[in-house]
Amino acid sequence: MLVDPVRFERIIDRMAHQLIEHHDFTDTDVVGLQPQGARLAERLHVRIRELLGGQTVRLGKLDVTFHRDDVRKHERPLSPQTNDMPFLVEGRRVILVDDVLYTGRSVRAGLDALLAYGRPRSVELLVLVDRRFHRELPIEPQYVGTTVDSLDAQYVSVEWSEETGRDAVVLLQSKPE
Amino acid sequence: MKTLSTAHLTGIAGLERSDVQLLLDTAAEFKEVLNRPIRKVPSLRDLTVANLFFENSTRTRLSFELAEKRLSADVVNFSASGSSVSKGETLVDTVNNILAMKVDMVVMRHPHPGAARFLAERIPNTPVINAGDGTHEHPTQALLDAYSLREKLGDLAGRKIAIVGDIRHSRVAISNILCLQLLGAQVRVCGPRTLVPRHIGTLGVEVSHDLDDTLKWSDAVNMLRIQLERQGGEGRVPYFPSLREYAREFGVDRERLERLDRVPWILHPGPINRGVEVTSEVADGPWSVILDQVENGVAVRMAVLYLLAPVRP
Repeated sequence: MLVDPVRFERIIDRMAHQLIEHHDFTDTDVVGLQPQGARLAERLHVRIRELLGGQTVRLGKLDVTFHRDDVRKHERPLSPQTNDMPFLVEGRRVILVDDVLYTGRSVRAGLDALLAYGRPRSVELLVLVDRRFHRELPIEPQYVGTTVDSLDAQYVSVEWSEETGRDAVVLLQSKPE
Repeated sequence: MKTLSTAHLTGIAGLERSDVQLLLDTAAEFKEVLNRPIRKVPSLRDLTVANLFFENSTRTRLSFELAEKRLSADVVNFSASGSSVSKGETLVDTVNNILAMKVDMVVMRHPHPGAARFLAERIPNTPVINAGDGTHEHPTQALLDAYSLREKLGDLAGRKIAIVGDIRHSRVAISNILCLQLLGAQVRVCGPRTLVPRHIGTLGVEVSHDLDDTLKWSDAVNMLRIQLERQGGEGRVPYFPSLREYAREFGVDRERLERLDRVPWILHPGPINRGVEVTSEVADGPWSVILDQVENGVAVRMAVLYLLAPVRP
């Protein structure tokens, strides 16, 4: 186990503080990439609002399936997730949120998908886990929960209490089926 | 991750229930794309789709072309008028010539029943999508009708759906019957005896010749177009005496709907003969799903193209 439930909560707490250090959230939106990044974004959104005394912060969930560069490299078509972006990001600052940053391709697709909602003033990237050394595109996060050095064959799994009963980050020796 | 059980969409016949559900679920995501500020995604940007229309069509062709463009595919259009078809070229030759120009998918409408399947068997590596083949099938119309019904009624299992009008000449009717049955709906056909094929009951549908009773029975009715061009020409006996009589017996107007305790949803695949199948009041009224059908058509066709798109090597 790379991150246990206690540390998991502290990481979320720390990243929420980092965000409000740099943003007052009057012109900043939080956008999570479906499915896992959206879950992380939800958690951060709750914590940020607590820290800001209940201030309204806009939260979007972006599905990048149709924007992926490997969309037809798979034997089976990729199944899309629900896209929930009830606002435009024209002129806004955007915090793009994903769970694990690995090759950078999801984030690239996320940037592409985001631009369908306007031209943001700036975009910053927040990830729970940065698997550095495996990047295939020049993408770097501004906010990092934890950094993991792992082999390409290994798999970093983020567990959520809504699904498995605990919040944790686990290193598996191979990708689960 | 799920996939379709077929490489071509030649008809609803041969599809599994899970295929239809996957298509409709995927269409829901594309409908969301169509409501974004930028209604376009890059999923098929390296593909070229040929729209081969050997028979006239406005809405289906426009709908397919929009679906292809919203997925960023390149599009080439072909229509039989003004082509080598009139010089006697065979279907397979025409298509092979088009494929030699590196086309990745084919959408075809053809006046002959079975043309789509014939083609799919001869070009197995290029997905073929049937946009209507004679009086046989029109699968994307059935899918968009099912999608529109699902939006209004939820799960279609056990729902009562009637198809009214010219069943005999309608590819929409056959595809609709098969599609709705796959989703568990009860289907009834209703029309004049001359326009309901005698053995249609073998498909497992109820048959009625009484519109008022059918409206009372239905959760939704799909009003098929009277195909004026197929009502018998010179020297043939027409299928019904006059349009006025047809409208009186099988056309839906406001008075008919007001007699009902519960008004069914009204669908029409278009183009509407206003005052024949439905009056303007009905077509433009709160019961009408007709414009939803057109909007949903693009999303459903995007789902078909997306799910059938060949894997990039």
